[in-house]
Amino acid sequence: MRGIISGAAYVPYWRLQRARIAEFHGGRAQGARSVASYDEDTTTMAVEAARLALASVAPSAPGDHPGDAIGSLTFATSTPTYAEKTNATIAHAALRLPRTCGAFDTGGALRSGIGSLLGALRGAEPASLVLSADIRTGPANSPDEANGGDAGAALIVGDDTSGPVIAEYLGGASITAEYLDRWRGPGETRVKAWEDRFGESRALDLGMEAWIAALDDTGVGAAPGLDGTKRQESVEEVLITGPRPKANTGLAKKLARAAGVDLTATVGNAGTADAALQLVAALETAEPGKVIALISLADGADVAIFRTTDAIADWNPARTVEDQIAAGNDSLPYAKFLSWRGTLVPNPPNRPEPARASGAAAGRSSDWKFGLVGSVDRGTGAVHMPPARVGFDSGTIDDMDPLPMADARGTVATFTVDRLAYSPSPPVIFAVVDFDPVGEAERGGRLPVEICDATPDQLAVGTRVEMTFRRLNTADGIANYFWKARPVR
Amino acid sequence: MSSHGIKDRVAIIGMGCTPFREHWDKGADDLMVDAAKETFSSAGLDKDQIDAYWFGTAQSAMSGVPMASALKLQNKPVSRVENFCATGSEALRQACYAVASGAFDTAMALGVEKVKDSGYQGLNAFPIPNDGTSRTLTAAAMFSLVLPAYAEKYGVDPDELRRTVARIASKNHHNGSLNPRAMYRREMDVDAICKMAAVAGQLSVMDCAGVADGSAAAIVCRAEDAERYTDKPLYVKALSFVAGNGSGLIDSTYDYTTFRECEAAANDAYQQAGITDPLHELAMAEVHDCFTPTELVLMEDLGFAKRGEAWRDVNAGVFDLGGELPVNCDGGLKSFGHPVGASGLRMIFEAWLQLRGEAPAERAISTADRGLALTHNLGGYPGEMVSFVGIFGNRLG
Repeated sequence: MRGIISGAAYVPYWRLQRARIAEFHGGRAQGARSVASYDEDTTTMAVEAARLALASVAPSAPGDHPGDAIGSLTFATSTPTYAEKTNATIAHAALRLPRTCGAFDTGGALRSGIGSLLGALRGAEPASLVLSADIRTGPANSPDEANGGDAGAALIVGDDTSGPVIAEYLGGASITAEYLDRWRGPGETRVKAWEDRFGESRALDLGMEAWIAALDDTGVGAAPGLDGTKRQESVEEVLITGPRPKANTGLAKKLARAAGVDLTATVGNAGTADAALQLVAALETAEPGKVIALISLADGADVAIFRTTDAIADWNPARTVEDQIAAGNDSLPYAKFLSWRGTLVPNPPNRPEPARASGAAAGRSSDWKFGLVGSVDRGTGAVHMPPARVGFDSGTIDDMDPLPMADARGTVATFTVDRLAYSPSPPVIFAVVDFDPVGEAERGGRLPVEICDATPDQLAVGTRVEMTFRRLNTADGIANYFWKARPVR
Repeated sequence: MSSHGIKDRVAIIGMGCTPFREHWDKGADDLMVDAAKETFSSAGLDKDQIDAYWFGTAQSAMSGVPMASALKLQNKPVSRVENFCATGSEALRQACYAVASGAFDTAMALGVEKVKDSGYQGLNAFPIPNDGTSRTLTAAAMFSLVLPAYAEKYGVDPDELRRTVARIASKNHHNGSLNPRAMYRREMDVDAICKMAAVAGQLSVMDCAGVADGSAAAIVCRAEDAERYTDKPLYVKALSFVAGNGSGLIDSTYDYTTFRECEAAANDAYQQAGITDPLHELAMAEVHDCFTPTELVLMEDLGFAKRGEAWRDVNAGVFDLGGELPVNCDGGLKSFGHPVGASGLRMIFEAWLQLRGEAPAERAISTADRGLALTHNLGGYPGEMVSFVGIFGNRLG
């Protein structure tokens, strides 16, 4: 059996109420969209989603890392941080995946999200990690700005030899037809589009064509009466994604059912990540034996049909989409949103901008910088962050084991607010964090570290925090990734 | 620590110190020449009579060449030294050891910093290529971690403690107002300081050292030769230095209410000098008040106050100009200003004036007859710093 072994979405903490946009530009709007913080990008959101997806998989043996089984990683986004350089390798390092695991970007277009998922489903890799993420911005007052949502999603796709399959892939179809609907150049924000009616009607037609082909491929029936067949099993839930809302709702109407999970009022359309986001949200509430069709209408149409298995009853998502929606903070001012996306450029503090991180130094300390792997003194159990060769309390040289700290939680020992330090979004909140002991370790560890996704009034001595992968700054085009702490919510 | 020290083997025979200012009209070269000129004159020596030079600057120059070039030294050894904000003290320490070793008869230590050419406010570290994971917090924020930790540990009301450290700033401004070489000569009262906007934790800009350009220098020789040059030499009683290993940052037993490196350096210095009761044996102390909480904690680390009680002693005026142990009677970093490479030597310059009876009457200390001064100079942050402690006296024995 082949299909989905686990999955998770990452919805960033901040929300922009659409009313905040309407207050400025006029009009009325409802709901909120998710917003990646200033220190997040598509790579960090994909990493966060993957951490949750991996955390939802029981390790095969004590001490094993669930990522050890992953043989291939793909990362799809229409808003990559790097071109030329692979972004997936950063996720690979942050997730501490095996060196033998390939890591590839499949980005560029919205369709690459569903495309990389179908590729993994139709492939033969025993376990692969399919990542997608997008930051949906658009010019101020554009439909993309209001209706887009920032998110990451991760799906572990593979055979049941790699782990219990929670949703079997029954089959699907792709229909490709070249037509000019929506476009933008690399690095541009504004999406231009041909006349709405043209794109909508093409998407609808292609969607129906793919739908019928997928039913043929799987032998699953549509709802009774729709396709004239009397197949015993029918699709119970249809998840439709695509950049044309009217095409999505139009197809749902034709298929005589509502699109499965409606995240438009809470997250927004997550672009390349939207298909996986919707699938994850559906799986998180699905009972065994449910047939779900995932349909993407972007530059053609793609359909993938799944049936949830008995194993889904034992699947325990680390943090559901619903939980993340509930934990969000919708107090983000519109001006802050605009400044985070670079639309509004505030006067920077008169301090030197950060120097670019050294590629050679970052390469040497990859386990620490990307994976947050410290070291533990074999003699005293003292934790060293960053990892050290000499024990600070033993003095012993080269008697350490690596100690992954990314999943450790900690407590704020003391903290401060720095209104002078350079930051893309001042002020800097900084805390001395004492970590709980990891695994069988007797001692925790300490790291003075920046706090994110919080306002100063949310911090106190004793606040519980967890680690999150972030982009600290960018200098000379080099994204400087490292970890920050955020309050446990 | 088994450092034997060089008590009474080396003497300071001449010193100079420029005013600390925003010297828009002077470069590092000019400041070096000004400080060296005053120092040569103070010792009655010219540059050719100095055998070797130690040149302390944190980021205004590299190598010995800029000093040799500014002073047009002829075939002299010049060593550039750097040790964060304790650079000036480090220059003196090296010069003293060179003379004590017998390698040279005379040596000059000069510190300089030209901070105000950077175009940015505050001090800005010279970036060394790294993996991008190191902290980028300001020094003010790092030291601001002390106040809540201290208040919590010793049960001091945070607002009262805030007023206590404002009192430290106010004291140092008062002392600086009496010093023509100091950068800030305006009195600041406690209420005004407390009302200012916070820039880091509870600290406002008035809790931070003044950022200034400046230079200071000293000439040293063997103690037995000192009276050839001056009838009032200052004898080196102790020189101690500790470079922290950064374990405070990762050791969860460190609580941000002490600077371990400073305590260790002080204990070593007291042992070298044979001091057991610093509060009553010392005539004065110049300490590294980079931020007001630093001076508070130092009163305990240097043994001037019991643990958890420095705040009471500060409020009681123990460290005021007329107190039991005057601290930073020249205004300190707070009011005199902090040209990184020069500050350590500036501190010793005040000891030079006070113990020789040359300080202006309005800030002359009444404890001068005790004959011993301590200077303390640190660099870095809580948990990860270097610390210098020096003790100097106006008589042998």
